[in-house]
Amino acid sequence: MKRTSKLIYIVSIAILIIGLSFFGCKKQSNEILIGGVGPVTGEAATFGQSIREGCELAILEWNQNGGVLGKQIKFIYQDDKGDPTEAATVWTKLITQDKVVGIVGTAMSKCSLAGAPISQQNKVPMVTPTSTNPKVTEVGDYIFRACFIDPFQGTVGAKFAYENLNARKAGVIFDVGNDYTKGLAEFFRDKFTELGGTVVAFEAHPTGTTDFKAQLTKIISNKPDVIYIPDYYNDAGLIAKQARELGFNGPLVGGDGWDSPDLFKIGGTAIENGFFTNHFSKDDPRPIVQEFVKKYQEKYNKVPDAFAALAYDSMYILLDAIKRAGSTDPEKMKQALMETNINVVSGLITFDKNRNPVKPAVIIAVKNGQQVYQATVNP
Amino acid sequence: MNLDTILQQIFNGLQLGSIYALIALGYTMVYGIIRLINFAHGDFYMIGAYASYGLFSAIGATLFFGLPANQATIIMFIISILGSMAAGGAIAIIANQFAYKPLRNKPRLSALITAMGVSMFLEYFFSALPVIGPSYRGFPEIIKKQLFPIGNAVISNYFLIDVGVAVSLMILLTLIVKYTKIGKAMRAVSLDKDAAKLMGINIESVITVTFLIGGAFAGVAGLLAGLTYPRIYPYMGILPGLKAFVAAVLGGIGNIPGAVLGSYIMGIAETFATAINSLIGEGIAFAILIIVLLVRPQGLLGEKIADKV
Repeated sequence: MKRTSKLIYIVSIAILIIGLSFFGCKKQSNEILIGGVGPVTGEAATFGQSIREGCELAILEWNQNGGVLGKQIKFIYQDDKGDPTEAATVWTKLITQDKVVGIVGTAMSKCSLAGAPISQQNKVPMVTPTSTNPKVTEVGDYIFRACFIDPFQGTVGAKFAYENLNARKAGVIFDVGNDYTKGLAEFFRDKFTELGGTVVAFEAHPTGTTDFKAQLTKIISNKPDVIYIPDYYNDAGLIAKQARELGFNGPLVGGDGWDSPDLFKIGGTAIENGFFTNHFSKDDPRPIVQEFVKKYQEKYNKVPDAFAALAYDSMYILLDAIKRAGSTDPEKMKQALMETNINVVSGLITFDKNRNPVKPAVIIAVKNGQQVYQATVNP
Repeated sequence: MNLDTILQQIFNGLQLGSIYALIALGYTMVYGIIRLINFAHGDFYMIGAYASYGLFSAIGATLFFGLPANQATIIMFIISILGSMAAGGAIAIIANQFAYKPLRNKPRLSALITAMGVSMFLEYFFSALPVIGPSYRGFPEIIKKQLFPIGNAVISNYFLIDVGVAVSLMILLTLIVKYTKIGKAMRAVSLDKDAAKLMGINIESVITVTFLIGGAFAGVAGLLAGLTYPRIYPYMGILPGLKAFVAAVLGGIGNIPGAVLGSYIMGIAETFATAINSLIGEGIAFAILIIVLLVRPQGLLGEKIADKV
């Protein structure tokens, strides 16, 4: 009994392996295969859903216009569950079995960091839509991204505060235990000082604290024109509230970590007169954005978020590179990606030598409990 | 730092210290009676915050529809104080009954480890409950914020509420301990458990009352923290609980005025240390603790007790 079940087990695995290898060998010369990865289940499920929808919309548009290199594009989407191990598995599957020519993925930096070395080894170019950690593209010359990296937001925030808000004195408060907010704070300080402004107070707070009054009192006593709060929405809401309580009525500026409905639940009216840098705004008046929002709403019956927009952009960047390269040869694709100069939803994108996009950021204002498009700031 | 800033920082420290004091009192009382460091005490505070959050969400302002807004707010606030006290006290009694009482005559280390277990149980259990969940929740602003300038410093009505509630409860506690029969029993048990038993004091009921009062105070602290720092989540009790414990040790654990003094010192020291250098602010606050304990191991107001042989 035991032996037979073992035998069945071995045979079925053998059949599975043989079957899979046939599947892998299957060549379809009239199609170009593109892979996609995102967390469709798990803690960040909405991210993966948005990425899939953004990619599919882009491919639909390309296919309607005749595909790329005269072939139709086929999209294979995989779920990484927000787990780096799972990401490595699906990456390997896409490359070795499905034989995709390029990959758009994935949302979280930790998962992209697991997939990137596999892409690099197998020379399959990848464009990550939303992994902001600088390390991701440092993996190798086949790795690109469509979003700006963390430090860039700090720079843009400083530029916006100095030029658009006319601030000359700024206070900064950040979470010392979080590289994201620390990075933003440091780049804000450097840029703001470089522009000619003064950072009157540069204050840290420990992770998980709820009382920021000591730091804020110190900042406010130096009479800043603006306070930069590069924290996530739940800390930012508390900080805003306490800053208002201590009598500060000037503008507050933050980063994309503010982009959550909960910002208003915690911050309430204190967050009014707040501004934050983001990748994309559905209210951006540029025609390309409005057209994207319209098409997306028609297809999915909802408003696109930044993840969908960046995935859409990533797919455009990749397909545009294949088109200009004239083939799916990895070397040529890589070269074409480096020379990218394309106008997409999140702005005109070119790549710097580290394969990070040089592109504008959107400033969103908080007005009457709503996010309102304010301005586009170029790097 | 100019004078106005110093004044403002003192206000900040007092507000923070008031919340620490309410938690520290429970720590110190329980320690005084049964020599147990109840690490779950910070979680009683969390439960108090959620209880009042639940009350606000459940009844809101609808119950007092006919009343003017001011009166409705006051009634709402009183109900929420009582509700958070009831929730904090109830959970403290339950924890005592099920987790600490069976270990009363076991080594003290067992009870200490159990206290940590109770703490983690409450945190994870509450974050697993669908109605509470692990994510942050915004606490409703039931009382409209008002600011009162004093010179260039500002205090809010929240400051007055926090300090006012804390101080009045502390006075109430002092009266209970000094002038009531149960207070007298508490002091007796804390002094000598066995002798108190021989005198006919029901030790278990004294312990229960102690947990009730301690838990109720932590519950109110949770309500005040929710109002002042309107973000609650199941792990919110860990850090304030730890700091309140430190404050209780600083003042001399087991000593009620000591816990209050320690808490205000802790709040003000933390505020000023952070203002001087925010990167190592918390470190400075804890360094003060180490220095005080090196000089006075029994804490500021604690009495030196020779070990019994």
